[in-house]
Amino acid sequence: MKQPKASASRRSFLKVSALAGGGMLLSFNFWAQAKPLPGQPLTDAKDWVELNGYIKIYPDNSIKIINPNPEFGQNVMTTLPMIVAEELDVDWQKVIVEMGPHDNVKLGPQFTGGSNSTRMYWKPLRDAGAAARNILVQAAAQTWNVPLEEVSTKQGMLYHEKSGRSGMYGDFALKASAIPLPKNPKLKDGRNFTIVRSAQKNVEGMKIVTGKPLFGLDYAHEGMLVAMIEHPPAFGKKLQSFDASEALKMPGIRDIFSLPLYPENYEQSGFDTRTFNDLLVVVGNTTWEVMNARKKLKVIWQPIESSNEIIAGFRGKTNVTIPAGLENTDEQLAKMAAFANQPAQLLRKDGDPETAFKNAAQIIEHTYTAPFLAHNCMEPVNCFAYVTDEKALLVAPHQAPGWIEPSLSKILNLSPDKIEIQIVRMGGGFGLKAYGHFLTEAAIISKKVNAPVKLVYSREDDMTYGIYRPMYTATYRAALDKDKNLLAFHVKGGGIPEHAVHQNRFPAGAVDNYLAEGWAIPTNITIGAFRAPGSNFNAAAEQSFLDELAEAMGKDPIDFRLELLQRAKEKPVGRNNEYDADRYMEVLKLVKEKAGWNDPANKKYSRGVAAYFCHSSYAAHVIDIVEKNGKPYIERVTSAVDCGIVVNPDAATNMVQGAVVDGIGNALYGGITHKDGVPGQNNFNRYRLIRMREAPERIDVHFVHNDIDPTGLGEPPFPPVFAAVANALYKKTGKRFYNQPFYKDIPNA
Amino acid sequence: MAILSLTVNGKKHQVDVDPKTPVLWVLREHLNLTGTKYGCGIAQCGACTINLGDTAVRSCQLPVSSIADKAITTIEGLSEKGDHPLQQAWIEQDVAQCGYCQAGQIMSAAALLKTKPHPTDDDIDAAMSGNICRCGTYLRVKAAIKTAAKG
Ligand code: FES
Ligand code: FES
Repeated sequence: MKQPKASASRRSFLKVSALAGGGMLLSFNFWAQAKPLPGQPLTDAKDWVELNGYIKIYPDNSIKIINPNPEFGQNVMTTLPMIVAEELDVDWQKVIVEMGPHDNVKLGPQFTGGSNSTRMYWKPLRDAGAAARNILVQAAAQTWNVPLEEVSTKQGMLYHEKSGRSGMYGDFALKASAIPLPKNPKLKDGRNFTIVRSAQKNVEGMKIVTGKPLFGLDYAHEGMLVAMIEHPPAFGKKLQSFDASEALKMPGIRDIFSLPLYPENYEQSGFDTRTFNDLLVVVGNTTWEVMNARKKLKVIWQPIESSNEIIAGFRGKTNVTIPAGLENTDEQLAKMAAFANQPAQLLRKDGDPETAFKNAAQIIEHTYTAPFLAHNCMEPVNCFAYVTDEKALLVAPHQAPGWIEPSLSKILNLSPDKIEIQIVRMGGGFGLKAYGHFLTEAAIISKKVNAPVKLVYSREDDMTYGIYRPMYTATYRAALDKDKNLLAFHVKGGGIPEHAVHQNRFPAGAVDNYLAEGWAIPTNITIGAFRAPGSNFNAAAEQSFLDELAEAMGKDPIDFRLELLQRAKEKPVGRNNEYDADRYMEVLKLVKEKAGWNDPANKKYSRGVAAYFCHSSYAAHVIDIVEKNGKPYIERVTSAVDCGIVVNPDAATNMVQGAVVDGIGNALYGGITHKDGVPGQNNFNRYRLIRMREAPERIDVHFVHNDIDPTGLGEPPFPPVFAAVANALYKKTGKRFYNQPFYKDIPNA
Repeated sequence: MAILSLTVNGKKHQVDVDPKTPVLWVLREHLNLTGTKYGCGIAQCGACTINLGDTAVRSCQLPVSSIADKAITTIEGLSEKGDHPLQQAWIEQDVAQCGYCQAGQIMSAAALLKTKPHPTDDDIDAAMSGNICRCGTYLRVKAAIKTAAKG
C-alpha cells in the first residue's frame, strides 16, 4: 500500500467521489501530503476503487461504513462506525460495517493499542460523517430548490417540511458526490446524540456465535502450506546445528531449513523484535503433521554471545545490550534487590526530600515485585503470507500493520505498494500483536518455499517466545512527622530490563517533597508492551503502598487519597503533573458512593480500594472478598471509570468487566519464571489463568457522565485492579501482599 | 494414513488422515470447519470444545479414529440459522470481546443444558471452568447461559 510521506501534513481532509452504480464514496485522509483539497470531487469510478474511504451509500439507501482500525476485542468494529453513523444521521440498524483494508493514507494510523482507537478516530470520524451529511443536504436543497437551512435529516432521510418533500440519502448520493465538501462541517451538539451513548450490539456477534472464519488462524488459501518454527528452548541460546533426516521422513512434510529472520546489520525498528534470529523452520501440509515432525528434529543449541542492538524506535535510536547467559528467577530477584540499593537515575524531584526523610519521626518503606507475564492471547501468534518476487500478500492478525510494512519492504526488497496486508480480527492482542517478527517470519518463509504459507505458533511456542511484560520492582518510602503528617514521598523503581516509574503521576504534585528514581538491568529475555505498560505494575505497587500509608496515618484509604488530590488541585507541587485532580477525585467519590463504602451492610466484606490514571482516563475499583470453600473469594467488584463520552456503554462495560477479571487473574496467578533460561511455564497446565469459578459474581461498572471527548478505555481499568486485590486480601488475611502473583501467599489458593 | 468416515453436524465425511490426528485438526484443516478453535492442544483451555452426543469434549485430545462411528456437533452445526437459544442469549448479553473462545464456551454450555436444563451457579461453574476466556467475559457467559436456560 501507499505510505504517507514523512513530510506529510498531519491535517486530515475529506474526499468524495461517485460510486459505480450511482452512489457516493466519502474518503478521508489523515496524512494528506499535498494541500488539503476539501471537496474536490472525483468522478472517475477508477479513482473510487482505489480510495477505500469510510462511507458508501447506494441508491437503495444501504449504507456501508468502514471500520479503519484493527479489532482485537475492544469492539472498534462497532464503536467506530457508530461515530460516523451518528454524524451522518442514519439508522444504525441499516448500516453494514466492513473491515477496511490496510491503507494508512486513506484510513489513518490503523493502530490498535495504547487505548487509542476511539480517542484518535473520534474527531476525524465525526468530521467524515458530518461532511457527508452536509453535502447530502446541499444536494437535496438544490434539487428541491429550497434554502439549505430548511432541509433536515433523520435516519438516512432528507426532509423539507414546508413543502412536505422527502427523500432517501440514496436518492441524492450521486448528486452529492459532485458537491465540494465543507472544510469544517458542523458537528452535532452532544445532547442530540442518538447512536453515540446508546448500547449497540457487536456487529460481528452473529458471526462469532456461529463460528464463522474471522480470525487469522482461520484463514485458508489455495495451495497453502503450514510452517512452524522450532525456537531455542532457552533464552540465551541459539541454533548451532540440526539433523532433520528423521523429521523429513514424517508424513506431510515438505521442507525443513534454517534461515535468519533479519539479515546481518539490519537496523531494527521499535516493533521488529527478534527474540531468536535463527529460524529453524518445518514446512508441511497440515499443522498436526508439522507438530509431529518437529518432535523428530535433532537440534544442537549453543550459548549466545553478548551483543548490542541498535533499535530505531519512535524516540530515535537506542542501544540495547543483550547479555549472554542463562537466567534464573531467583538470581533475577536477588539482582533486583541488590540494584535497589544502588544509586539510580533521577526522574523527578520536588522540594527537599532528603532533609524531610532525615527529619522524619517515622519512615514507612515497602518493596514490591512482579514477575514477567506472558500475554497468552487465546489465539496464538500466526500469520499467512504469500510472497513472490513481484508482490506480497499477508493476512495478519496484527495491531498495527503499518509499523511492520517498512520492515517487510526492506527485507523482501519490494516497494510498499507491492505489499498488501489484510487486517483480520485478532483473538486477543494485549500488546503482543503490535510486534512484527511473525509477519516477517511468515513472509520470508513463504518466499523461501515459494508458496502460500501459514505460520502457526503452538501454544508452547507462543508462551515461551518472550516479549513478556518486564519483571518489575519498586521501593516506596514515606516520611511522616510526629503528628503523622506526610512530609515526603519517594519511589525508586527498577526492572528487567526497564522500570515502570511514571514520575509525573499521582502522588507527584500532591506532596511537597517528592523523589522519583529508576534503574534497569539488561537481560536476554525479550519484553514488550502488555496491557497498560508500566502502569500495570506502577499502580499495583503505589496503590498498595498508599493503602498501607493511610493505615499508618490513621486515615480512611479513600479519604486519604481525596485529601492528597485536593492538595494537588489547590496547590499543585512541581510541574508536568499528568493527571487532572478533579477527574481523579470524581472516580474515587463515585466508587465510594456506588460501593456503599461506609454502609454497615457491607461489613461482611473484606474490602480493598485502588484508583489510577493512565491513557488519559481514570478508574477506581472496590473489591469485596468473602470466604468461600475455605479460601478468599472476590465476590463483588464496584468500578468507577471516567473515559469521557462513552460511545457504546454496554460494550464499554464489558471491556471494564474484562479488565477487572484480567487484573484479578494476573494479580493472583500470572507469571513466567526461568530456570537456566528456560521458561517454567509453556502451556495452561502450568500457567494459571483465571477461570469462571474464580471470577467475581458481580462487577458493577459506573461511568462518570461528562462531555469530554473520549479518552482511553481498554487499559485504564486494568492497573488499579492489582492493588485493590492486594488491599482487600490484606483485610481478609491480615497480611500485606507485596509480591505477585499473590496466590503463593494465600493458604489453599 | 487411513480413510476414515465420520459424521459431523449430521453430514457424513470421508477423510484420509493419520488415525491419531486430533479431531480439532481434522475439522479445521480437512473439513474447513474453523469455528472450533485451537488454544492449547492439551485439553486445558476449552477453545476446541465440540459435542460428542450430549457430552462436551475437547477435540484437541480426541483422536479422529475414536469417533469413527459416533456423531459430533461443532459450533457450525449447533443450529441452522444461528438461532440456538444459547446463540441468541450470547447475542442478547453481547458476550464476546475478541470472540476467540466463544465457540468453545457455547459448546460447553450446550452440553450442560442438555443434561441440566436449569443449572445452578455451581453447575455452571463446574461445567464452564474448563473454558478459558482471556478477555474475561465470564460474567456474561454465565448470564447468557442463565438467559438461555430461562427461555
Ligand atoms: S485447544 Fe483443546 S482444550 Fe485447548
Ligand atoms: S472473548 Fe476473547 S478469549 Fe474469550
